[in-house]
Parts: sequence; structure tokens; C-alpha cells
Amino acid sequence: MSDNNTPTTFKASGVDIRGLHKSYGDNEVLKGIDLEVKPGEVVCLIGPSGSGKSTLLRCVNLLEKPNAGVIHVGGFDATDLDVNLDKMRQKVGMVFQQFNLFPHLTVLQNCTIAQTKVLKRPAAQAQETARKNLTRVGLGDFGDRYPDQLSGGQQQRVAIARALSMDPTLMLFDEPTSALDPETVGEVLAIMRSLAKGGMTMLVVTHEMSFAKEVADRVIFMDGGVVVEQGPAKEVIGNPQQPRTQDFLKRVLDPTHVEIAE
Amino acid sequence: MAMTTRQRARLSKIIQIVIFVGVIVAVVLQVDWKILGDNFFAFDKLGPIFPELITVGLKNTLYYTVISFAFGLALGLLLALMKMASFAPYRWFATGFIEFFRGVPAILVLIAFGYGVPTAFPGTSWPQPVVVMVSLGLVSAAYIAETLRAGLQAVPKGQIEAARSLGMPAWRAMVTIVIPQAFKIVLPPMTNEIILLTKDSSLAFILGASMAQYEMTKIGRDGITSLGAGITPLIVAGAFYLVITIPLSLIARKFESRSARTKR
Repeated sequence: MSDNNTPTTFKASGVDIRGLHKSYGDNEVLKGIDLEVKPGEVVCLIGPSGSGKSTLLRCVNLLEKPNAGVIHVGGFDATDLDVNLDKMRQKVGMVFQQFNLFPHLTVLQNCTIAQTKVLKRPAAQAQETARKNLTRVGLGDFGDRYPDQLSGGQQQRVAIARALSMDPTLMLFDEPTSALDPETVGEVLAIMRSLAKGGMTMLVVTHEMSFAKEVADRVIFMDGGVVVEQGPAKEVIGNPQQPRTQDFLKRVLDPTHVEIAE
Repeated sequence: MAMTTRQRARLSKIIQIVIFVGVIVAVVLQVDWKILGDNFFAFDKLGPIFPELITVGLKNTLYYTVISFAFGLALGLLLALMKMASFAPYRWFATGFIEFFRGVPAILVLIAFGYGVPTAFPGTSWPQPVVVMVSLGLVSAAYIAETLRAGLQAVPKGQIEAARSLGMPAWRAMVTIVIPQAFKIVLPPMTNEIILLTKDSSLAFILGASMAQYEMTKIGRDGITSLGAGITPLIVAGAFYLVITIPLSLIARKFESRSARTKR
């Protein structure tokens, strides 16, 4: 389905975050995060809800404005007040939990609109790029449909194709399978796996531990707005060192045997 | 006697129909049709108000409505954006404007502009159609602004985030992603607004004007005194308002059902 066997490689750029702080009023969500993603690396962010991992991800392309810290993405200093954020975001693809496809546009138009309006690509070239990416996610024949005619998994795959159509050098995934019916989770993970194989730099917030273990180069466990533990995927998930990581993984991996403290 | 739920529902429906028909029959029997006919439906005496009711009245009603709405829409969009602006003075201004013009009767605004402008700026006097269109435009802008703001804010925030994450500047996201979706949301209340405006254009009668500027209600009112057909001229004028507003509703409904498929 997703593996169309043509090996694709991506231009890659990394992320470098230093001393990131983010508060909403008195509520400090991120308490000084340092995070590096090397070009071509796949990093999964895991942790309980409210740990700040989604906020961290949304800070990378400045959908959330950090209060302090430095974020370098590709060649851009995202926290520089004079940086052209729109230019930077063209290079950073984002996939949302709720897909956020444009419901008034067809699947094909979803994938061409930013190419023509932002990158100023000619319509024919934009459509060709869009079709190529729709084929990559296994939806080459769905260009004329509207988003509400697709299943959740199909919508999320279109969202990935839409992001890829901008030729990003970095992809951000914000819990991309959390809103999906269980039987469609696999098709989205398969696309992400093939992207990872193609060398795309990826930062993924996820609760899919088996995906993280298999695909991620590195896993970062966050809790309470700080990075608690990080390292190679197999070590963090297979043999966590910190008690908080151990407790979290036990609850996630074996939810039928969680004991409620009295 | 025990009745099933279905029987009871059926009996209740029958009783409702009997009451409804009974009331109508009672009213019909009580009405003095002779006098009513002479005062409301004396169509044979209407000769003199045609063709002016249509060539002048209907034309001016449409003209005042369309221009007022265009003005109201442009100003309303500006006010809606001001009301959502991060710069506080914009919000204050928009709020003040909206509360004021939404809160005072349109007829007062008409009078204020009709008699106030020549008084405030001696020597200047706006032609009557301009007074009508500016006044009604300002009033409708206040309503339209609130409708548009609600429509724009009803578009999920994730739509803007998706657009911005693709590198669209804020204005581009607004124009390409938010406004087309808001349009579908505001279509029904907007149809309401045009229909209200169509009828409010009748308020122009309070400003003295020359024959060429009369709209339908004014011609109908004049017909009452001159034709001796009771209020028949107004009844006919009323019918012509429906000639405008009903097709408008139908068009809007058609639009709605066509875009319903791509909604959500």
C-alpha cells in the first residue's frame, strides 16, 4: 500500500533547542528543554498527557510562542523576532492529531493550495507534486474526493501528503494516530515508517510504543515539562532507568494490570 | 378505556387538526367580506399606481437595498476584523460602533442623517438616496459585523494552524482557508440581513423626496389617500416585497444544500 518500492530520499535539516521555557499564565508547561534532532534522525517524544510534549512540538514551528530559549530549525533561528516565520514553516511539515484538512477543498486541492499560493509553483507542477505524494501515501485515485468522504486513516494520509508536497526538510507529527479508529492506525504508521526509511528528519509525539521502539533512532521521555530520560529507542522503552519512565511504560504497555494506589 | 401509545398519538393529532380548522372557519365566518374587499382588495381602482409602483418603487427598493447591503458588507467585514484585532483601540471602536448602531432604531439614524447633516454642515445636503443608503448601510454593518465575526470564529482554530504551518501568512490563511468556510456558515443569517434591509428601505418614506426617489411603501401610502381603495395599494406593495424576498430565500437555500456536501 504505502511501500511503492521507489527509494526516496529527502533533504534533511535538524532541530536544535536550548533552554526552552513556555508558560500559560502561571502554569509553566515547559521548564527548560534542551533537545537536538540531527538531520535524518527520527525522534519520538513520549510521556503522559500534560507533560508538555505537544507544546514542545508546536514550539518548533512557532505555533506556540516560547517565553525563553533558542530554537534553530534548518538554517533558521526561529526565536529571532525578525525571522521570516512563513519562510521557515514552508520547510517544516506538520501533521496534526485532528488532521485539519481543508474541508472546502478536494484532496488534490488540499495538496496544491499552499504550493501555488505560497511557493508560487505553476498549477501543473503543483498538481504533479501533489499526485506523486498522494500516490506515495496510497491515495493516488482520491484526488477528486472531499475530506469528509474519507476515513480517518485516509484523511491523515492526505494530511501527510499535503505536508510532503511542500518538500519539507523536517516533519513534525503531533499524536498522528490518537484520533484514529484502531483498524486505521496501521496504515498511517506504515507511511511514517516509509518516510523514516527515506531519510526524513522526524519529530513524533506518540503513544505508539511499538512504533517508537521499531522506527525511532531516539526516544525522549518527558514528564512535568522536563526531559526525564532519553536515549536509543530500545534502551528507553526496553530498559528504562528512571522510576517515572518505568512507571509510565508499565501503564502504557500493560494497561490491564495497573494497580491503583490506595 | 385503555389506549395504546399509537392510538393516543393519533387521537391527539386529530384533535389538533379539528381545533385548527375550527378556528379558521370561525374567523372566515365572522369577517365582513364586503367591507374588507372594498378596503383591502379593491384592485380595480389601482390603475393610477401602475406602472410607477414597479418602474419607480420596486426599482428604488432594490436599488436602496443592494447599495446599502454592499456598503454594510464592506464596513461590516472591516468591523468584524477590528473586533478580532489584537490592537485594543480597534476592538473598542468596533464594539462601540456595533452596540450603538445595533441599539438605536434605524428610523432615528435616517432622521439624524437626513436632518442632522445639513444642520451640522450648513450648505451641504446629501441627496435623499445617499442618506438612505448611508444610514441603512451603517445599521446593517453593525449586524453584519457580528454575524461575520461569529462565522469567522466558528471556523476551527486547527484550520488556521494547518494553513500557517504550510507557510501561509495570516492574511492568506484568512482569505484562502477561513473566509470561504465562514461564508457557508454565515449564508443563512446573511440572507436574513438582506431581507431585513429590503424591508427597512421602506423607512425612506420619512424623508421628503421627489417622485423619482419613491420606493414601494411610499407609493403605496400615497395611493391610500389618492385612490379611494382603502389600503389596497399597501397590500399590493407588500406583495411585491414578497416577490423580492421569497426568491432570495430560495436562492440561499439552493446555495446551502449545494455546499452542504462539502461542509464540516
